[in-house]
Amino acid sequence: MWNEEIECMSREDIFELQLKKLQATVKRAFDKIPFYTEKYTNANVFPEDIETLDDIVKLPFLTKDDLRACYPFGMFAVDKKEIIEVHSSSGTTGKPVVSGYTQGDIDNWGEIVARGLTMMGLDSDDIIQNTHGYGLFTGGFGVHYGAHRLGATIIPISTGQTRRQVEIMADFGSTCLIFTPSYGIYLGEVAKEEGIDFDEIGLKAIGFGAEMWTAEMRDRIEETFKTKAYNIYGLTELMGPGIGMECCAQNGLHIAEDFFYPEIIDPKTGITLPEGTHGELVLTNLERESMPVIRFRTKDLTALHYDTCECGRTLARMERITGRSDDMIKVKGVAVFPSQIEKALLKVSDIEPHYQIIVTRPDIMDEIEIKVEASEALFSDDIKEMMGVKRKIGEYIQNEIGIAVNVSLVAPKSIPRSTKGKIQRVIDKRNLH
Amino acid sequence: MYKITQLSIFLENKRGNLYNTLDLLAANDINIRALSLADTTEFGILRLVVQDPVKAKKILEEHWYIVKNTPIVGAELDDTPGGLSSVLKILNDEEIDLEYLYAFTHEKTEKAILLLQAEDLDNLINILTAYKVPLVPAEEVYNL
Ligand SMILES: [Zn+2]
Repeated sequence: MWNEEIECMSREDIFELQLKKLQATVKRAFDKIPFYTEKYTNANVFPEDIETLDDIVKLPFLTKDDLRACYPFGMFAVDKKEIIEVHSSSGTTGKPVVSGYTQGDIDNWGEIVARGLTMMGLDSDDIIQNTHGYGLFTGGFGVHYGAHRLGATIIPISTGQTRRQVEIMADFGSTCLIFTPSYGIYLGEVAKEEGIDFDEIGLKAIGFGAEMWTAEMRDRIEETFKTKAYNIYGLTELMGPGIGMECCAQNGLHIAEDFFYPEIIDPKTGITLPEGTHGELVLTNLERESMPVIRFRTKDLTALHYDTCECGRTLARMERITGRSDDMIKVKGVAVFPSQIEKALLKVSDIEPHYQIIVTRPDIMDEIEIKVEASEALFSDDIKEMMGVKRKIGEYIQNEIGIAVNVSLVAPKSIPRSTKGKIQRVIDKRNLH
Repeated sequence: MYKITQLSIFLENKRGNLYNTLDLLAANDINIRALSLADTTEFGILRLVVQDPVKAKKILEEHWYIVKNTPIVGAELDDTPGGLSSVLKILNDEEIDLEYLYAFTHEKTEKAILLLQAEDLDNLINILTAYKVPLVPAEEVYNL
């Protein structure tokens, strides 16, 4: 373990430490950043109102739009000369978000990722081939600083030049690869073509992240590279990759709770949800000199667990991200995500069928209908078999989301498409206002 | 030579769907020899024997229909009362499970032709042949 004192601290002590750090963070933010002074004054909440950790709910959320409004340096709590590095998250809509780092912030980032790399079984003898991009986006930097801290050798090869990646892997004797799941799968195929035998290469670990993945994708990666693959989570606004990292138990990602305070909220109401309940992850920087981000809505959906992990660590674990809160619908009080429907549909057909979720409230109860376009794979000349397919789809979906649905098989191309050929995934016909 | 290519088509059970499908075939000069529709409240399977199954399938698929070729056999029925039941008795005695059957009338001979589908179609053909039930060659059905 890299930092046993923190990583195995009793829950009580963690919470106490978090409270102290939260109080200091809120005070600093309120005093130093006009954005927070104004926001908190308008909400009639002040640093001294934070007497317990639960008091954090008094603070208004911070959204990506808030951060955008502060573009470029409006969120900095220190003089610009203290900032030694900046990153930026992509701005597909409007201005991007700028994230700044002091030397202390970079050191902490390295510390957090060094813990995670240790969880993956790595140490200073290892050679880490980092295929994440190095650029304005935080991408490759988390693992880079973490490897330095750990004393391992980092190969900052970045994404692309895949045949060269394979060559270097073999020549340098990389013991760990860092990639996004989709690039990893491609890299694996190229390596196979080049005649690489992963049994011989003997990788110790894979670190993957930066995009959504399924358990099947992990299986495939582990099968290809003949080693275990560990999830890495992070976002530029709060720091970058490393906020959550998986241990050998592969049962969720340990959050560096001395640096981040995680909460799960109901994305519709904003109410905090209890341990184990799925909802939107909200994160707070507990120790960030440059730019304290407080109660940031990540829009990532997950659940938190606080029981001691098999690996002995007491730090909270977050589950794999299963979707984005933007896509969530609530039916009969249950959160339903298109990703769950997709997962169920993939069990009846290798090619994901086209579908649409229609929510209605004919009387007082919500009803959910899943329209599935019939396809070559789903169709047979036997009406009993067709009824069976329909029933199975219904059962798989119910297993996934926990509530019964009406499935209807409809003709190909019968679900309306936009001009770009996209199907509107969810049609909510309830009049909820 | 006795295996007739039947087209099985997925249809949503909506007013006008059957008409539209048949109309599309008619507009493309596809003659329908026999037709049967198995349906549930929301969807159905339209089974067609047509003159040119290859062309018909191509046209339907161009219009986004899901079409499968299903082999079936056609048996000529005796023009006497009990013609149908005598065939069914054979199948019962030989423990053949039929998936479905439907019938139509031969325009020229005015004889009834029974169309049959079973999981093991070769076995069905062998048994009907052994019992001397006259089978109608596929080409003859297409070109009635
Ligand atoms: Zn663990």
